[in-house]
Amino acid sequence: MSNFNTLPAAALVDGDDAAPQGARLADAWWTLRHNFTSMIGLVLLTIILLAALLAPLIAPYDPYELDLARATLPPNSSHWFGTDQFGHDIFSRVLYGARLDLLIALASVAVSAVIGSVIGGVSGYVGRFVDEATMRLMDMLQAFPRFIFAMGIAFALGPGLLTVIVATAALNIPGYARLMRNLILSLKQTQYAMSAVAIGNSGPRVLFRHLFPNALAPILVTSTLQSGWAILEAAGLSFIGLGVAVPTAEWGVMIAMGLQEFLQGHWWVYTFPGLAIGVTVLAFNLIGDGLQDLLDPRRTP
Amino acid sequence: MRFLGYAIRRLLWVIPVLLGVTLITFLLTRVLPGNPIDRVAGPFASAEQKAEMMREARLDLPVIQQFSLYVRDLVVHGDLGVSYSTARPVAQDLWERLPISLELTTLGMLLAIVLALPLGIASAVAKDTWVDQLGRVVSVIGVSMPIFWLGLILLQVFFVKLGVAPAPLGRLATSLIEPERITGWLLIDSALVGDWAVFRSAAAHLALPVVIVAFTALAPLARMTRSSMIDALESDYIRTARALGLPTRVIIFQHALKNALIPILTMIAGVFGYALGGEVLVELVFAWPGLGTYSYNAILASDFPAIQGFILLITLFYVLIYLVVDLLIAAIDPRVEYA
Repeated sequence: MSNFNTLPAAALVDGDDAAPQGARLADAWWTLRHNFTSMIGLVLLTIILLAALLAPLIAPYDPYELDLARATLPPNSSHWFGTDQFGHDIFSRVLYGARLDLLIALASVAVSAVIGSVIGGVSGYVGRFVDEATMRLMDMLQAFPRFIFAMGIAFALGPGLLTVIVATAALNIPGYARLMRNLILSLKQTQYAMSAVAIGNSGPRVLFRHLFPNALAPILVTSTLQSGWAILEAAGLSFIGLGVAVPTAEWGVMIAMGLQEFLQGHWWVYTFPGLAIGVTVLAFNLIGDGLQDLLDPRRTP
Repeated sequence: MRFLGYAIRRLLWVIPVLLGVTLITFLLTRVLPGNPIDRVAGPFASAEQKAEMMREARLDLPVIQQFSLYVRDLVVHGDLGVSYSTARPVAQDLWERLPISLELTTLGMLLAIVLALPLGIASAVAKDTWVDQLGRVVSVIGVSMPIFWLGLILLQVFFVKLGVAPAPLGRLATSLIEPERITGWLLIDSALVGDWAVFRSAAAHLALPVVIVAFTALAPLARMTRSSMIDALESDYIRTARALGLPTRVIIFQHALKNALIPILTMIAGVFGYALGGEVLVELVFAWPGLGTYSYNAILASDFPAIQGFILLITLFYVLIYLVVDLLIAAIDPRVEYA
């Protein structure tokens, strides 16, 4: 499932004008600090980010160093997570995998958020038949089974890092378009938007300079949740051989490599990369959840 | 009468959606790399043979003409074309595989509903206590784990280590013969003919994939149950009911749950459709010969008719299940306007 339909657009425009940006950030920080589970998410994400940034310093081995003499060793004191069938150190590969998977998540979400927001923003601002046509097209794109859609795109583009980013981004464009369109529809009725039009600002200027910044908060919350989804979907694509190629240090690929070791009972080959995915996605979801509560107009701080 | 009109309008809207989805699939499949005919024909086919096959598959025509012929065949003959890779009518392939996937998804959904409703209700009643937090953590963990990995972990424990689960090689032990198809659901068919060996084997093969489908569906259902129960519990009529001194049990299950049920129903429809369309990874891990595996093979073979047929079937399923739920809601909820 995607998370687009759960955000109340009304949260932004409960008053005549939206609150100043600074107050909103302080609000977000307040919520995160006072929400235990969000705090856990934040701590987890910080650790993962540090692991990704410092991977070359922390990793005890080169993630691509081949050594068949130490193939499929169970976890021990020199290889904390054991080694895979090529003798790669799995702990080092999990660390390097964090770089790749976070990169995929952020790039994919950024691409879909920008493209989707522009489509949805213009659609909502222009209105009438442009809006109607765009939204019906988005309906149809959303009617596709998500993962099948991603598989088709990934197969069409051929394996690779860029493929994974494009395929996972394409899935989310309709969701962002719909969200931004609904936000713009309500923001367009605010006092300041009408004033901006009345004093002679051009349409694009009103949309991009005045309305977009005020629609940012829900887009960011959604993006937190979508980052988790992007990691899951990217790993899924790599797992079935349509994403990043073997033996890249990417979590989905590492699980796929573990598949060959599965019958021998070499559980460590796929267990640790899977845990890494789970913990990362969990971190994004916990933070996103807390922020979502913040946007709920019925919340009682 | 107004209800009937509403139902008919909703039903008619299905047609343009299906047409649009088919057209988009058509255009998208045409950008898949490689000429599917090269693959089917093999390396020894002559140029004329290939040209002949292209003509037969109508791939020599402009895309828009291919599309109109496809729609005509579909509407007039119910024909979805012939799969390039299985060389059988796509409609027949899908018809055989649909119950295989439906059995897995439906059982998974039922398990998820049975677990999610109590979990969601308990979280709502005990809002902001540790019960609520626990429910939240369980739900979030459920959506955070990669399902294919979860499949491997369960198999590691129950098949490799404990040896209680059967090998992940399909829906039945290889020594057993599938009963003749009545519904296509192995559990039902074997029970109908009284073949209990098949029934036991089918149930054993279903257990792990069903648990995984349920686990992923659990989170959205539990959360929707929680939030709509909270809305209901905070409403005026519940305060009135409390003031009247009705027992808590009656308030929760008869008054609040009844009103909270509508968004939950809609959510069930959405999750069901999503699960059926997104089952590829579960099916691949367990070598389940359902629609997911079929669509995976179809994409890898650039099998245009098979991909189109699959997408059309899933979309139809999605649209129909939403339709049923909307009609159900309109029928039970007097507040729905038939606009």
